[in-house]
Amino acid sequence: MSKVIPDVTCPFCGTLCDDLEVTVSDDNKKIILVKNACAIGAEKFNHTKEPGRVIRPRMRQPDGTFKDISYEEAIDFTANMLVKSRKTLMYGWASTSCQAMSIGHEIAEKVGGVVDNCATVCHGSSLIAIQDVGIPSCTLGEIKNRADRVLFWGCNPAHAHPRHMSRYSIFPRGFFTVKGHKGRKIYCVDCRHTDTARVADTFIQVKQGYDYELLNAFRTAARGGPLPDEIGGVPKEKIYEVVEDLKTGRFGVIFFGMGLTHTLGRNHNIDIAISFTRDMNEFTKFSIIAMRGHWNVTGSGQVLSWQYGFPYAVDLSRLNKARYQTGETTSVDLLTRNEVEACFYIASDPGAHFPIEAMRSSSKKPTVTIDPHINCTTEISDVHIPVAMVGVETGGCAYRMDNVPIETRKVVDPPDGLLTDEEVLTRILARVNELLGAA
Amino acid sequence: MSEFLIKNGYVFDPSQGIKGDKKDIAIKDGKVVENVSSGATIIDAKGKSVMAGALEVHAHVAGPKVNVGRWYRPEDKLFHSYKKGASTRIEGGFSIPTTFKTGYEYARMGYTFAMEAAMPPLYSRHVHEEIHDTPIIDEAALPVIGNNWFMMEYIKNNEIENNAAYISWLLRQTKGYGIKIVNPGGTEAWAWGMNCLTIHDPVPYFDITPAEIVTGLINTNEYLGLPHSVHIHQNSLGLPGNYTVTLDTLKLAEGHTAKNKFGRKQVMHSTHLQFHSYGGDNWGNFESKAREVMDYVNKQKNITVDTGNVTLDETTTMTADGPFEHHLTELNHLKWANVDVELETAAGVVPYIYSPDIKVCGIQWAIGLELALFAKDPMRCFITTDHPNAGPFTRYPRIVKWLMSQKAREEQIDAFKYSDKVVGATEIANIDRELTLYEIAAMTRAGPAACLGLAQNYGGLKPGMNADIAIYDMNEETKNPEQIEKAYGNVAYLFKDGKICVRDGVVVDHGMKHTFWVDVKVKDNKQVMHDIREKFLKYYSVNEGNYVVPDSYAPHQHVIALDATQ
Repeated sequence: MSKVIPDVTCPFCGTLCDDLEVTVSDDNKKIILVKNACAIGAEKFNHTKEPGRVIRPRMRQPDGTFKDISYEEAIDFTANMLVKSRKTLMYGWASTSCQAMSIGHEIAEKVGGVVDNCATVCHGSSLIAIQDVGIPSCTLGEIKNRADRVLFWGCNPAHAHPRHMSRYSIFPRGFFTVKGHKGRKIYCVDCRHTDTARVADTFIQVKQGYDYELLNAFRTAARGGPLPDEIGGVPKEKIYEVVEDLKTGRFGVIFFGMGLTHTLGRNHNIDIAISFTRDMNEFTKFSIIAMRGHWNVTGSGQVLSWQYGFPYAVDLSRLNKARYQTGETTSVDLLTRNEVEACFYIASDPGAHFPIEAMRSSSKKPTVTIDPHINCTTEISDVHIPVAMVGVETGGCAYRMDNVPIETRKVVDPPDGLLTDEEVLTRILARVNELLGAA
Repeated sequence: MSEFLIKNGYVFDPSQGIKGDKKDIAIKDGKVVENVSSGATIIDAKGKSVMAGALEVHAHVAGPKVNVGRWYRPEDKLFHSYKKGASTRIEGGFSIPTTFKTGYEYARMGYTFAMEAAMPPLYSRHVHEEIHDTPIIDEAALPVIGNNWFMMEYIKNNEIENNAAYISWLLRQTKGYGIKIVNPGGTEAWAWGMNCLTIHDPVPYFDITPAEIVTGLINTNEYLGLPHSVHIHQNSLGLPGNYTVTLDTLKLAEGHTAKNKFGRKQVMHSTHLQFHSYGGDNWGNFESKAREVMDYVNKQKNITVDTGNVTLDETTTMTADGPFEHHLTELNHLKWANVDVELETAAGVVPYIYSPDIKVCGIQWAIGLELALFAKDPMRCFITTDHPNAGPFTRYPRIVKWLMSQKAREEQIDAFKYSDKVVGATEIANIDRELTLYEIAAMTRAGPAACLGLAQNYGGLKPGMNADIAIYDMNEETKNPEQIEKAYGNVAYLFKDGKICVRDGVVVDHGMKHTFWVDVKVKDNKQVMHDIREKFLKYYSVNEGNYVVPDSYAPHQHVIALDATQ
């Protein structure tokens, strides 16, 4: 026999779809069917069944192989490493619950860690831009109910956020948007003709690295200023036409992704995209939303902010106050400058995403990784602590790309004996307290 | 639990009419009691003042817009830096302190309760996560309802019973405390870039006016018998000449009577009145209309107000009044954050510098103080800064100083760059009233407790009441304004639930904070449940099943259960 669990939240991307229906076996051990999820999301649930899953902590041996150890040993090793290190990089957090982060931050406060999340190599530049110029935004439901002009800039939800277009941005019929797709004008600005561009009414191909110039031209056009014949490969007639159409809409929105945050100009690209959005509010209603990647990277920023006042790269190594300075307290910079004494990675895979120089530096330091899977980072770690998958085998709070919090659900039991992030961190904190008390 | 006896202090308790008498206060098992055994710990309060823990009636201390303010203003952390104490967490931020600092700062000033004034229902899980991380003080949150689609449709059709059933459901889902109205109708209009500037401007599409919304919600509130009344941030906030809109809105309360079992007498709480008491028709002839507004409030007994005092600081404004924040950013050109929330509300955030060198800021400062000084009944006028909008709540000691000392006010007036213009546009220079500690206790303890429907157990020192007690190192003889400010900002002792949490201004214990919310039972209402299901299926971006705030978010709940089925 089996049972169906409704309203399941998908722990994959920042779209955080919460309408999944998961069928599980009666004994809560096996996932039988995942409905409503995209291919990637469904795979995340089905992962639990993969053979060869690590279910016991492992410690690197002198010969390079891993040996299974107990949770006690792993937790003791981790706590000792944290207490001994004067400054530890505590990076990741994007794929765990806010409750777990909170415990992690308490540990960092005790041992002097630098808490950083995936924004540091992702939407960090957006956060910097927002700190400079603010952000006029809205929830995704507003897009669904009101938006008649949708502009995707440097993002490709067709692949990265597969259900974004059907749930919020292109196809859904909302209260004031009863015609759905037909009532919306969709624009896509990209340097390549992506699959998102294929569903757009108008595709604007910008020359690589010319996003800032093109956005600047959009601002100028909105104010009726003069333009040269061509900007970033786009003829001025086109720019005037698009901006005029955006102005005549009732409610417009820009979604942007890595194509803006990590191309030439970085935070300045976001800065001017936001400034354009601001300008447009003098003519109509306009919003802008960052396409956040990991399902709970937004949550990490939120928890860090209410506890310390900064959204990422929070340096607690002074032990009595929090510091934040991009370029100084950000993970890649700390690693490449060799400024940390140990690395503690959780719920993320810097090994797969950080620059090689940073990971080369990391690989020479004592390292513990807490992650359900074997990944590039576990392979350069001294200890790998496997945990239950948050959002599948345990619940917890997550924040969607528009900062709306949604509780994820536990749908199946983790394999016997496997602890959750919260449990592992709680035990590390307890051991740290013991060691500090004894010191 | 331990017993305490607070001896020799001057007790100020408006709930019993005690005006500075020397009186002992006994504490046992977290309650104020008649007497304790000889084993009780003696606290010598000689020369000091003993009051109940203060209640914050309106502040933005937890939730999405507060957090935007925190993280998009890293510079705010540079203005003030506390070194971490032995048993406390790291603190940071000035105008929008971190959650830890928020709890500690309130406690250090003798506060034991704070009302988060605007919780967007869709974001209520976020609000409760922050409340969870705010130590010591009890908290509750008011869901913003004044632009809610369900509500507008029910009120338009005059379906008060349905509206009540919906709000009962919403309070349960969000663990909310009461009905907050922000710029009724105007925030929904803002979703199309418009606004409602008077109480008769129709809301686009919904075809209802702010006046109808406010009246409908007063009726709903009294139908349900909630502990608090409707809590309203009126239309036209912050605009010269808005006092006529203010009076129009206040008049909507006429003819309504409070129906509840909590002893609450008002049917409307009008918040941060300072922002709504402006004369003139531009910033050039801007002037105070505090007299006109308070004359009305003084004679209209079913209204309570709070001041929203400008503290002359660099701060971060944040409100669910989306169009106002857009107006403000056009005015000062500082960074603007905005979030429109589907079917419910919106919010905006803009930094603001209340400079003593700017005439308008000086006048705003004066208006806030005038409101409190013109108030005839301190049980109906409470001190707030609409934190952080007119200034951070950490400035309460300074406001108390200004209210208690004419000398301190004169010093500030003299320090303004445009003193003459400030004096010319206000009455502040001619007011010689100095509030007493008893009146301060009414404005910060007994008054807010009654207004929130909590007077039975909070805001006083009657035996049987909760032992939330603040002891300040000052008394009626303390005339030095600076000492008043210092003493009010650093309690000698703070008892929370009968436990010492602050001693000599230093936090020594995290206490056990409670989250207050109201669970009101209504008759089964199939129509409303159907409407809720339909709106979630068609228009919300989250599922109905994921809308609720799970119990684990508020581990220590103080649930006020009500039955409105009769």
